[in-house]
Amino acid sequence: MLDSQMEALTDMATASATVELDPRDRGGAQQPLLIVRDLLKHFPVKGTGGKSVQAVDGVSFEVQKGETLGIVGESGCGKSTLARLLLHLIRPDSGELVFDGDPVDAPRGITVSALRRQVQMVFQDSYSSLNPRMPVRDSVAFGPFVQDTPKLQAREIARDMLAKVGLNPDQFGPRYPHELSGGQKQRVNIARALATNPRMVILDEPVSALDKSVEAQVLNLLRALKRQFNLTYVFISHDLMVVRYISDRVLVMYLGRVVELGPSEKIFSAPQHPYTRALLASQPSMDPARRMEEPPITGDPPNPIDPPSGCRFRTRCSFAEAVCEASSPGLASIGGDTAHVAACHMLDRASGHSLATAGSA
Amino acid sequence: MSRYILQRILYAIPIAFGVSVVCFSLVYLAPGDPLQTVLPPDATAETIEIVKKAYGFDKPLPIQFLIWLGKVVTGDFGMSIATRRPVLDEIIMALSNTGMLAMFAIPTAFTIGFLMGLLAGCFPGKWIDRGVTGTAVFGVSLPNYWLAIVMVIIFAVELSWLPATGMGPKGSAEFSIWRWSDTQFLVLPVITLSMIPIGIISRTTRAAIAEMRNQDFVQTLRAKGLSELAVIRHVIKNALPGVLAVMGLQFGYLLGGSILVETVFTWPGSGFLLSKAIINRDVPVLQGTILTLAIAFVMTNLIIDLLQSMIDPRIRRG
Amino acid sequence: MSQTATLPASPDTFEDQAAPETKIRSYWQSVGYRLRHDKMTIFFGSIVILIVLAAIFAPLLAPFDPYKESIIGRLKPMGWRNHTLGTDELGRDMLTRLLYGGRVSLLMGIVPVIFATCVGGMLGVIAGFMGGRVNTGIMRTMDVFYAFPSVLLAVAISGAMGGGMLNGMLALTLVFIPPMCRVAETATTQVRSLDFIEAARATGAGTFIIVRHHVLGNVLGPVFIYASSLVSVSILLASGLSFLGLGVRPPTADWGLMLSTLRQSIYVVPVVCALPGLAIFVTSICFNLVSDGLRAAMDVRM
Repeated sequence: MLDSQMEALTDMATASATVELDPRDRGGAQQPLLIVRDLLKHFPVKGTGGKSVQAVDGVSFEVQKGETLGIVGESGCGKSTLARLLLHLIRPDSGELVFDGDPVDAPRGITVSALRRQVQMVFQDSYSSLNPRMPVRDSVAFGPFVQDTPKLQAREIARDMLAKVGLNPDQFGPRYPHELSGGQKQRVNIARALATNPRMVILDEPVSALDKSVEAQVLNLLRALKRQFNLTYVFISHDLMVVRYISDRVLVMYLGRVVELGPSEKIFSAPQHPYTRALLASQPSMDPARRMEEPPITGDPPNPIDPPSGCRFRTRCSFAEAVCEASSPGLASIGGDTAHVAACHMLDRASGHSLATAGSA
Repeated sequence: MSRYILQRILYAIPIAFGVSVVCFSLVYLAPGDPLQTVLPPDATAETIEIVKKAYGFDKPLPIQFLIWLGKVVTGDFGMSIATRRPVLDEIIMALSNTGMLAMFAIPTAFTIGFLMGLLAGCFPGKWIDRGVTGTAVFGVSLPNYWLAIVMVIIFAVELSWLPATGMGPKGSAEFSIWRWSDTQFLVLPVITLSMIPIGIISRTTRAAIAEMRNQDFVQTLRAKGLSELAVIRHVIKNALPGVLAVMGLQFGYLLGGSILVETVFTWPGSGFLLSKAIINRDVPVLQGTILTLAIAFVMTNLIIDLLQSMIDPRIRRG
Repeated sequence: MSQTATLPASPDTFEDQAAPETKIRSYWQSVGYRLRHDKMTIFFGSIVILIVLAAIFAPLLAPFDPYKESIIGRLKPMGWRNHTLGTDELGRDMLTRLLYGGRVSLLMGIVPVIFATCVGGMLGVIAGFMGGRVNTGIMRTMDVFYAFPSVLLAVAISGAMGGGMLNGMLALTLVFIPPMCRVAETATTQVRSLDFIEAARATGAGTFIIVRHHVLGNVLGPVFIYASSLVSVSILLASGLSFLGLGVRPPTADWGLMLSTLRQSIYVVPVVCALPGLAIFVTSICFNLVSDGLRAAMDVRM
């Protein structure tokens, strides 16, 4: 544990200190690689008369160059939809994306296809993440091939990438997905994402389907590749420990909204939002002396079709009051530190919540 | 649930409409003028005009269609060109004769097919499974009109046990199922008609049952101590919807496929009526029969779908 | 513990490099392997090939002229004066007629399936991939034709058009397009929602490229299997049409037509009269079994 904590700190330090700028860089070292503003996506539900699943409901954040931003939340909080919105695989209903200073899919900015040449995605290892009828090396070569690389060169790139993720290209290249283990398939997914030489990679639950031992290998591979290729990661997972291991900053989502955002260490040592606290408290401890008598959080996550008014967490929050039902809290900074924010009335003196103090520990 | 029923019924209506459009247009597929069937070849221009007006051929197509549709819905299918009798009467009589065949063929095919499939599914890989599967393949690849001929050869020609053709010594008008002298005419056509459905139903049933038995829930039932018989009951209940669907299709097959068999046995049913109409180019009968049979098929499928949704809750939506 | 941070020096650091040296087979190679070892399918497949060859080379194999009639030689039993399979009601040699008849019957059976696969398959892929209104439009139209039992539809269309070989083939093609379209559409819809399609889209690939590289390969399998099972049905239906007089016209040889014209003579030489039907049956069952074997070889759970 100590080792990896040291690791993470070193990573963070090096990330901000020596951001080696990519030749395609446009905004400079201080420009966030990705700015997300008020992204919104509602899916209409048939037959309920106009109601919709509010999958992503006004999400804003930034991703700095060279960092790993972890996005964590329960099932149904909208993280997978968010991942797809970032690449415009699903079109947002409103909101904007700014990539390295250029707005995406906007008049003076870059097109979605241009975005896809610089951002790629690693999918969760389901049985359908790779074309079952294609040898693995062709799946990896497909990306460069689509982006105007001649076939032979694309094949070479594929071989190279397979080797870089730890798979011998001669042995594994011609194999079909069903002939690979879960970890091997996931490495292929990673190779596929990196084959087009992106600057940023979005990883949607990349290790959730793997056994623990394989999970560790793949996580380390991801860290190594990030260093090697000077990448920026957006890492989505429901598994807190995994997110903690790999992220520099963490964003906590609940029912389509951001509830807390901040440096990884702060979030895990001093979480401010009741939801984050409950999530962390629900992790069983290795120490038999510290048993939990009661679950820190009860009830099922509410239906995203009909979310509670005001603060969405209020129905499961032990501190909920009238103001929580009346208005929805914005992201308030904690103790003056703008790097760590949380959306809770208790943190905002002006909210009227009885426990409101600005920036309590 | 009732929402699903309503949806399903509403859905059948445009289908029925489409079917009637197709039936109507069949006439226009024919080479030459539809008028030719009604007029003598040397008719004068005047006569042609008069007949045109009488049959309504002078109006634009969509109008003709609507007129035709209106008549059909009220039961007026026009007059048969060959027999000068109302088409509706002919169809009803023919259908009742086919219905007679179906009345015997359907239960036979379904029961035998289901039992065979059940046995095969319960003892996969054994003797009986091979036998049933083999018979099923047999049945499916069999041209039923050939089987009919072979049956006639064996039972009528060589052995003289059963009559070869027709519907009773006194014809269809005086047919009675209570007299063997009439019923014996039923035997061969019914057997012939049942062959292919038996093949298909037994194959589908076998697949459904075999698959069901492998499911986890069956093992759970056995582990709870249920007798094999009770387990089979559960399996059947789960396999039933899929099998029902196939049975519905087979009913449709019987409606359409009876053409060939009825021709061989000269059984005066709807199929026979159809083939006569084709030979005589009797357009009103052709249209009427095809429309009736197709609509009957649509109704059957509708009923089967509704039955299925009642038995299998997974299919119900909304 | 500290190995967590190091970049693997070479690929050999990962344990799975010690994977067993199994022979890697491509999908089609494994299909071929399974087929080679499936004795039943090989056996019936050879019979199918024999039948097809016999039909193609009918002029060379036939002992007599298919159209030469003989008044005294009518309805003779098998083996009469060099007529191995007897003669028909006009004195023509049965064996010859069967060989020539095979050409027509096979043609009428296979050609409609080929056309229906192309047209129906294409429509199905379009409907499946486009989704939305296009899908609804195409599939609902298909549903209308589905509302007819196939025999009825085939008879209706070819009957309305006046019969004849071409009309019969056209009718059969129209009958087979809806089911083929449905099979293709189902397969395409299933593939469309899979993750690797999204991954392909994420690299910026356009619709056409995705369909060509990712969708077709996965759809072709089910379509081909279905088409092969349609052939046996098509042969039955085509002969059925000829039996009703809606196929080729006499004196052309065709199994269905032969069965029909010989029907009156079953009292004289029953066995000879049943022969055309036997030909239809054998051909159909062989195609059926071969298609079953193909399905077993191709439809493996990956």
